[in-house]
Amino acid sequence: MEIEIYGRIRGKIITTVFLFSLIPMVFLVFFLLYVQFDKIYTDKITNTLKTMVYNKKRSIDLFFEERIAQIKTLAYTHNYETLSNDKYLSELLNVVQSTSKSIVDLGIINQDGEHVAYAGPYKLKGVNYKNEQWFHEVLFKEIYISDVFMGFRKFPHIIIALMRKDGGKFWILRATIDSNVFNSLVQGAQVGEKGDAYLVNSDSVLQTPSRFGSQVLSKIDFLNNEVFNSIIDEKVLHLNKIFVGLSRIDIKKWHLVITKDGNEEMSQFNDVKIDAVLILIVFILIIIVGTFMVSKSIIKGLILSEKKKSMIDANLMQSSKMAALGKLAAGVAHEINNPLALIKESAGWIKDLLSEEEQEKIKNFVEYEKMANKIELHVERARSVTHRMLGFARRLEPAQENVDFNMLADQTVSFLESEALHRNIKIEKNLLKDIPLITTDTAQVQQVILNILDNAIDAIGKNGTIGLRTGYNDSENKIFLAISDTGIGIPQEEAKKIFDPFYTTKRPGDGTGLGLAISYNIIEKLGGKIEVDSTVGVGSTFTIYLPIRRIA
Amino acid sequence: MNTVKVMLVDDEVDFTEILQKRMKKRNIDTLIANSGKAAISLIKKEKIDVVVLDMKMPDLDGIQTMKELKKINPLLEVIMLTGHASLGIAKEGIELGAFDYLMKPIDTDSLIFKIQDAYKRKILQEEKIDSIKEIIKSRS
Ligand SMILES: Nc1ncnc2c1ncn2[C@@H]1O[C@H](COP(=O)(O)OP(=O)(O)O)[C@@H](O)[C@H]1O
Ligand SMILES: [Mg+2]
Repeated sequence: MEIEIYGRIRGKIITTVFLFSLIPMVFLVFFLLYVQFDKIYTDKITNTLKTMVYNKKRSIDLFFEERIAQIKTLAYTHNYETLSNDKYLSELLNVVQSTSKSIVDLGIINQDGEHVAYAGPYKLKGVNYKNEQWFHEVLFKEIYISDVFMGFRKFPHIIIALMRKDGGKFWILRATIDSNVFNSLVQGAQVGEKGDAYLVNSDSVLQTPSRFGSQVLSKIDFLNNEVFNSIIDEKVLHLNKIFVGLSRIDIKKWHLVITKDGNEEMSQFNDVKIDAVLILIVFILIIIVGTFMVSKSIIKGLILSEKKKSMIDANLMQSSKMAALGKLAAGVAHEINNPLALIKESAGWIKDLLSEEEQEKIKNFVEYEKMANKIELHVERARSVTHRMLGFARRLEPAQENVDFNMLADQTVSFLESEALHRNIKIEKNLLKDIPLITTDTAQVQQVILNILDNAIDAIGKNGTIGLRTGYNDSENKIFLAISDTGIGIPQEEAKKIFDPFYTTKRPGDGTGLGLAISYNIIEKLGGKIEVDSTVGVGSTFTIYLPIRRIA
Repeated sequence: MNTVKVMLVDDEVDFTEILQKRMKKRNIDTLIANSGKAAISLIKKEKIDVVVLDMKMPDLDGIQTMKELKKINPLLEVIMLTGHASLGIAKEGIELGAFDYLMKPIDTDSLIFKIQDAYKRKILQEEKIDSIKEIIKSRS
């Protein structure tokens, strides 16, 4: 029942501490790590991606502007006749490539679509472009940049074509962009292990290869037109852990797409997260252990003070019981002593009278005398009982009296003589003659001796010996009473506990576990000490030491 | 020496009677009073040396009776009989000038020894007073 109550108190302490310490901590850690940090990180990635997209778009724009300027320069500084010469065109290509490798070939096409001159790695001279789409576009727009297409060379490429009017005629200068150079310009924005960068046209067809899988001219499907149409400036989308940066390439209706893997970007931060969670777990463990320890010591303290309280209660009860018993004993003893005195005197008077008679004249003279003596003897017995009772009563007055320790021991043991006889326990006394008187509280000391004797009888059970030895230790100015028994003895590990209140090995009802606790208390208060020496199976000796104090 | 006159004071009538008989057999003259008051009136009439006084009596108890008796005869020797072994009462009695105390039930022989000791002290006391009286007389 009590244990249950303590368990419940302990449970409350533990839950309260947990609630008040763990919840804020866990909340803080998760709020910081999973809400705040995530947000900060997302913002940071978004911003860098935006900048990146913007920069890349600018350099692509610039690339095309430069190429267009180059081609314009070529077209406007030469006439048709000069450029139609293959040899000259080749030399020109060499000059162009010596400053920039981004143009692979040059070609001149007349107004009928005939490829009149060509410088470059493919065999394209003589091909007619009259029916090609770009041919019409350039006639219409004067300058034209194509999407990626296969064309006659059967290889994906981008061309820049420029139309020049010369009198009534017109001709076209066409240059092919080196796809390696262009691709690597775009792919320069592929960062990390999973970052990608590519261009798509308005139909979501790849203009430069995607890093993972998709080749040029294949269609990508994870972004729809709606998204592309909504792009005004740079834009960053956040599609399940993937950051997508988008921008328009103004020269063409193209879109630059740069993706970044959020997980990858945050991977170093994830390490921090794991560390933080580990630290959190360690803290929680520390708090758990700490809470358990603290609650344990609180409960221990509670139990201890509870025990102390009930010991004081028991002590009080014991002494008030003794006081009541003492009063009763005094009353009874007094009432009995008067008739005893009368009986004794009567027997004495009979003896007096008999002594006047002649023995021979009275038939039963010897019997009369014998009986008178018997009466006297038994009155003496009764007297010793009443005197003991009175002595007991007197000792209840809390006093500092001069006490003969031997007499006290003798008297106390006489209370238990009949019990000992009944159990066939011999009592051996070895009392030091002329032991110094001590000034102490007789009743209390008697109580202690009784408690120890009680235990000795219990320890023996039947058949054994109890020894009483008194002595005097001059150097310590102490006298002692050693009470030894031939009982069961006390195991070493339990010897420490026997003075604890409520420690008992006896059946409930037989033992309260208070005897030695109270005794210890009493002797300590009287300035003495109790020592125990015990061997299991052989017996125990309890020794009471008390100081000799002389009355001033 | 044997002319000691003893008064037995106890409310137990039977007890005093038997004690008286036993004393008489041992050649000790006794008078009986069964209450404090009876003792006081008796001492006014008779010459008494030693009083054996029970401490616990109704009405006037042992201590009060002793005080009254000592007022009448300061040289009176008192032996207290106590039923309850209260050292307190015995001590008080001794301080008031009682010779000694005995616990009931008593041993007749030791009572007689005590009576004789008390009587000896009384005689010594009286002799001292007599000699002082002599000295005073001779001086005047
Ligand atoms: N003389 C002894 N021999 C063996 N064990 C003893 C002896 N005295 C005390 N003990 C042990 O100490 C315990 C506590 O004693 P005590 O405080 O007097 O309480 P109780 O006698 O009510 O059990 C006993 O239950 C017993 O186990
Ligand atoms: Mg006990």
